[in-house]
Amino acid sequence: MPHISIRDLNVFYEGQQALKDITVDIPDAQITAIIGPSGCGKTTLLRSCNRMIDLTDGVRVTGEVLIDGVNILDPTVDVTQLRKKMGLLSQKPFPLPMSIYDNVAYGPRIHGVRRRRELDQIVERCLRASSLWEEVRGRLRAPASKLSVGQQQRLCLARALAVEPQVLLGDEPTSALDPLSAQMVERRLTELKGEYTVVLVTHILRQAKRLADYVIFLYLGELVEHGPAAEVFTNPRDKRTQAYLGGEVS
Amino acid sequence: MIGSVLVVVGCLAGVLAVILWRGLPALNLAMVTQGPRGGYYLGKEGGVLNAITGSLCLGFGATAAALILGLPIVFYLQRDYGGRSRLAGLTRLALDVLWGIPSIVYGAFGFIIMLYFGLRASLLGGIIALTLVELPIMARAMDEVVRMVPAELKDSSYALGATRLETTLRVVWRQALPGTLTAILLAFGRGIGDAASVLFTAGYTDYMPSSLMEPVASLPLAVFFQLGTPFPEVQQRAYASGAILLVLVLIVSLVSRLLARKFERYVVR
Repeated sequence: MPHISIRDLNVFYEGQQALKDITVDIPDAQITAIIGPSGCGKTTLLRSCNRMIDLTDGVRVTGEVLIDGVNILDPTVDVTQLRKKMGLLSQKPFPLPMSIYDNVAYGPRIHGVRRRRELDQIVERCLRASSLWEEVRGRLRAPASKLSVGQQQRLCLARALAVEPQVLLGDEPTSALDPLSAQMVERRLTELKGEYTVVLVTHILRQAKRLADYVIFLYLGELVEHGPAAEVFTNPRDKRTQAYLGGEVS
Repeated sequence: MIGSVLVVVGCLAGVLAVILWRGLPALNLAMVTQGPRGGYYLGKEGGVLNAITGSLCLGFGATAAALILGLPIVFYLQRDYGGRSRLAGLTRLALDVLWGIPSIVYGAFGFIIMLYFGLRASLLGGIIALTLVELPIMARAMDEVVRMVPAELKDSSYALGATRLETTLRVVWRQALPGTLTAILLAFGRGIGDAASVLFTAGYTDYMPSSLMEPVASLPLAVFFQLGTPFPEVQQRAYASGAILLVLVLIVSLVSRLLARKFERYVVR
């Protein structure tokens, strides 16, 4: 049973259809890349997985998103528990207005971890996992806003890992970063994929080719093609996929 | 542009110059350490300590009350709560109108309410009237600050599984803190300097504030009464009282500036 299984998902913004009948299984413990031209619904699909889409005005969602067999679109689902399971990396990193330490400890604290020693351990473990520890160990009390953008994004990764998610969702997480920081984030994601299911929205084809094990291609809200990365990239079946991969559509 | 800047700076300089020129001769240690001797209206001896403490009690009391009432309003006006509802629009309109109401009207209103409840002019009455004056200023200024908090910042808190309340109290509030301090300062400055609303509600007295139910003196009214006497020596004391009020407001704004700078380090841009 896959972690994330999407069935007949339709999303409407103010009556306009953003996603049309999406049905796809996202494989566990691999990196899945959602690719497609801008405005094709990549981010909408990602935000449906942790119900962040609820925060958008005038949105209507039908269909099912099953996570561990539970339809999370059901209004009775506890979104705070759901979101705890799904770590999110946004396009531009937004550290919280507090210290580096408090940023990482924020998640565990709201979910009830109070003991100082335990928090210290979580902070160190997560900062190591996002390879930020060595750079900040001496100034954990400094404001997170003082970090560079690349460091901030790794801090956001650490912050997401701190609530012990099962899935990591990334919405073009490297697009605001310099090449070196982007490379670091990519490397971390590849190393983490054994433990987490990673879903990545990206408009950089080369990044998708470097990272993805599985590829979902969306075009104008439709799921055009999905399959193992090697297959989709070397031998796309649909004309639209061929055109996009060939650089004719962007 | 340079012309209007000059007018603004010139006004400030002019006010300062007149107050200091007329007030300095009467400004001495007794002014800030003693109560009035010989009555507030005619007395030429003693000081205005009663008015200083009275004004501080009124100002801090009303600012605290306005903050307690205003914060929930501001949080409610966020998009995450009722910010998009008709009630929120109505609340904003009401605050804007309340902002524009002259403070003498609040004074008269407070006076009627006090009569109804059988209260007499007192510190409590003054605080209530001043709270009405300060609330719209504070709430509306804080509302603008809280609205500037980026939606993505709140999203990153929600994405970690935080509830609306946790996000508001731990993230929005901290991000908006420096601007909130400015809003509080704005309201405090308006409150401590207001004469009309406390005229009927707080009254005036020669004695130090002793209880919530007793009348208190205030600096703006000290200026008002002393300026109304026919004696130049007492009029000088009015200017001196004005200078003291100015210094109080200056101290409070410097302190809040320092605090704001301290919290600004954490603000995310």
